Amino acid sequence: MEEATTPHEPSDPHAGAAHEPHGHHGPPTGFIRKYIFSIDHKVIGIQYLLLAIFAAFIGMFMSVLMRLNLTWPGHKWTILETIFPLGAPGGVMTPEFYLSLVTMHGTIMVFFVLTTAPQGGFGNYFLPIQVGAEDMAFPVLNMLSFWVTFIGLVVLISAIFVEGSTIIGNTDFVNNFLGGGGTGTLGPIGGWTGYPPLSALGKIAGPGQGAGATLWITSIAIFCIASLLGALNFITTLLNMRTRGMSLMRMPLTCWSWFTTAILALLAFPVLLAAGVLLLLDRHAGTSFFIPGGLVFSDEVLAHKGGSPILWQHLFWFFGHPEVYIAILPGMGVTSHILSTFARKPVFGYRAMVFAMFAIGLLGFFVWGHHMFISGMDPRTSIAFSVLTLSIGVPSAIKTFNWLGTLWGAKIRFTVPMMFAIGFVSLFVAGGITGLVLGQTSLDLFIHDGYFVLAHFHLVMGVAAIFGMFAGVYFWFPKMFGRMMSERLGQLHFWPTFIGVYGIFVPMHIMGIVGMPRRYASFQEYDFLRPLDPLVMLVTLAAILTAAAQFIFLFNFIWSIFKGERASGNPWEATTLEWVTPTTPPPHDNFGGHLPTVYRGPYEFAVPDAPEDYILQTTPDAGEENVAAEAGHTTVQGVQGSSGNGHNGQH
Amino acid sequence: MGRALGVLIWLLTIGSVWLFVNGRWWLPPYISEHGPAYDRQFLITIIVVGLSFAAAQIGLGWAVWRYGARGDRRERAVYSHGNNRLEIVWTAITALIFITLGLMGQRVWAQLHLSEAPAGATRVHVVAQQFQWNFHYPGADKNFGRTSPALVKDSELNFVGLDEQDANAKDDQVVTTLAVPVGRPVELTLESKDVTHDLFVPELRYKQDVVPGMAIKMHFTLTKEGRFELACAELCGQLHYKMKSYLIALPANVYDELVALPQAQFQGRITQLIKEYPIGIKQGVATTASR
Repeated sequence: MEEATTPHEPSDPHAGAAHEPHGHHGPPTGFIRKYIFSIDHKVIGIQYLLLAIFAAFIGMFMSVLMRLNLTWPGHKWTILETIFPLGAPGGVMTPEFYLSLVTMHGTIMVFFVLTTAPQGGFGNYFLPIQVGAEDMAFPVLNMLSFWVTFIGLVVLISAIFVEGSTIIGNTDFVNNFLGGGGTGTLGPIGGWTGYPPLSALGKIAGPGQGAGATLWITSIAIFCIASLLGALNFITTLLNMRTRGMSLMRMPLTCWSWFTTAILALLAFPVLLAAGVLLLLDRHAGTSFFIPGGLVFSDEVLAHKGGSPILWQHLFWFFGHPEVYIAILPGMGVTSHILSTFARKPVFGYRAMVFAMFAIGLLGFFVWGHHMFISGMDPRTSIAFSVLTLSIGVPSAIKTFNWLGTLWGAKIRFTVPMMFAIGFVSLFVAGGITGLVLGQTSLDLFIHDGYFVLAHFHLVMGVAAIFGMFAGVYFWFPKMFGRMMSERLGQLHFWPTFIGVYGIFVPMHIMGIVGMPRRYASFQEYDFLRPLDPLVMLVTLAAILTAAAQFIFLFNFIWSIFKGERASGNPWEATTLEWVTPTTPPPHDNFGGHLPTVYRGPYEFAVPDAPEDYILQTTPDAGEENVAAEAGHTTVQGVQGSSGNGHNGQH
Repeated sequence: MGRALGVLIWLLTIGSVWLFVNGRWWLPPYISEHGPAYDRQFLITIIVVGLSFAAAQIGLGWAVWRYGARGDRRERAVYSHGNNRLEIVWTAITALIFITLGLMGQRVWAQLHLSEAPAGATRVHVVAQQFQWNFHYPGADKNFGRTSPALVKDSELNFVGLDEQDANAKDDQVVTTLAVPVGRPVELTLESKDVTHDLFVPELRYKQDVVPGMAIKMHFTLTKEGRFELACAELCGQLHYKMKSYLIALPANVYDELVALPQAQFQGRITQLIKEYPIGIKQGVATTASR
């Protein structure tokens, strides 16, 4: 009755005896193979998650520094001089230091937090388990994708030292191969969008544009490769390795979201990779893809000619807009999953949710031009992009309606993950709805490139996505670490964070309406911005409150790994496959050599006449078993046939 | 817990809406012909956005308030997988509202961008550079002198690379303040010497990137006199936040006298005008600014 299923193939010729001597998928024993260069998707998932948490704290620290600089211009923070002697001489941040904070904050958050944790972290850990597989389709590729991401982060962080220290920045290597550093920034100062020619010209364009920019582009290119590897793995695993009975329409919405995200990543990242390579060539090989003729610096005409700065914008946003959905779609999946679980109620309109997700993903590829209305691109093109952009609000609204529908008539259990999932819905609405303003060509004439758009995307792809991540961490922590996180500390984390992010980002809309431009190191130059001073202060106080609250999370996370209350196998009384693993955390092959069979959809809560208010996907009952048999499965036999086998086609 | 969360969501909603409606912060007064249409479309959109935002948040807060599990955990939620009819109805309504808004949102844009400036428009060339705005006026002959990147000499104040040998260049003026007449169509041609900049005057309701390698035209008609801050709105490097100039909107006769002056006196007159016009709409001349 559902879509065709792809059962785990029990008659795999490569499986079984041929691989016995090494037990191909047996658990590794050494520390390095087990925890460092692991090919276990669960370990890799945790590695991704830890990398993202580390990156998030750096990114957050940078945002607090930015707020300090904007709110108390010229104030001497002596401690800053100690940490950044070049960037904050006398304790006052230089404008270029501020702009490098802007750039690095954006890059770290977008790539190494919003793209890694929801997809690389949770997706890696739970996609194979939720579809009933023993691991990802390509475990070695999976390991590679993490380590390539890790190298990407190391390269990005190295930009901080190369530009921030004269000693490292003035070495021959940096001068000869990277374009020179030591300018007192933390990297390039062109923003995370890195528009050329500013980003393409090297040192002459200003501080941070030498080695910092080179390392920054290199890091992004490396990250693109890692994401591609990951995306291939996700798609293959989901299509080929679902267990018996796990039809596509029986998958949890999390799996649909990771699947959609992987498709977006597969199509979007290569474009950014290509753009990054072209930009590196412009910088170091004398090409002119993005650099037009006749540029003049210090009365000298540059030799470049024939390139187009707008070409970069097209390539960048062809990636950049789908990237927004790469960040937010997994959050949508997690939210649907958690709302249903703690509402004790099936997801409202499961099918509509799946179609809406795909519609968002698909439309997401046809709206990149709305980042470029005022870029000088043909104004007629803008009109087409604008109307398409407004229509993307429709599937987004469907999702919102269905989340509310899921809560209607529920019996909500207000656990910490549920609080964050509800917070996600609230923030997604608050951030998403202003897309109606920004999507209109006419209104961009004033509102573009100001604090209004800053508020919009921070709420929707930043904070909402991070609420999705928090919901996921609190929800899956018991499965990942075998212990519960503290509910009390979790609540203590939720309330100030939820209030704080509203306090930061709603006033930013107002700043945008008054006309405040983004990426300004100081607002002191303009009279028309004076009335905003109280709001600038409010935002900063809210930011400090929010940032402080994240340490409660950090403490809770670390403390609970070691000291948390022991978790049962299914502490939330949830229904999907991650809650039926034989041990918690799951064993190396997830299901102890005994892949589960799925008999029903993912969100069977509150089924009338059922003994409990939830029914696991693996629970058969007379009627369901017949349905499964009709669909062509000989259930019992199949389960045993597939047990203990390795991956199809793995060596 | 549920009730507290519901109340908090409502409070945050009220607080957010208050920030928009308290009247203390809004768009600056407009000074251009398309200003009223812009402001109307902005207001309509914000109202639709505000109502949708409030409705969704109130609904969410209500669900959270109302449907908390209390007491007996054996009590079950409503068993429902959704409702296709509802789904179709709300999709259709949203689509209608969003697309209508989207189509309405093209009007001001089309008016400004899909037409050329009228033939008699006042023309000024804008040449942006890190971190300075240069405005090149054609002088009394209304013909711009030839410019070339090779002739740029910042040290000799030839910021736009004006060819002094060109007959058309003799009466050209280049200054760092933008003066334009009120009530006449104005066409700016935007060029950049180095990186991408963006010309932004909040009161003008116009923002346009200045892209190296391109000569982008923009046109508008001013309705009010005064002096207004002109900012760079596209990150252009270290001192981006200081790349400031002024737009001075002058009565047509004052403007005509100004551009008839030779370069040497032109700059002096601009300095004088800056003193005459405090920042903002000139009071007592134009109609009072309204939201």
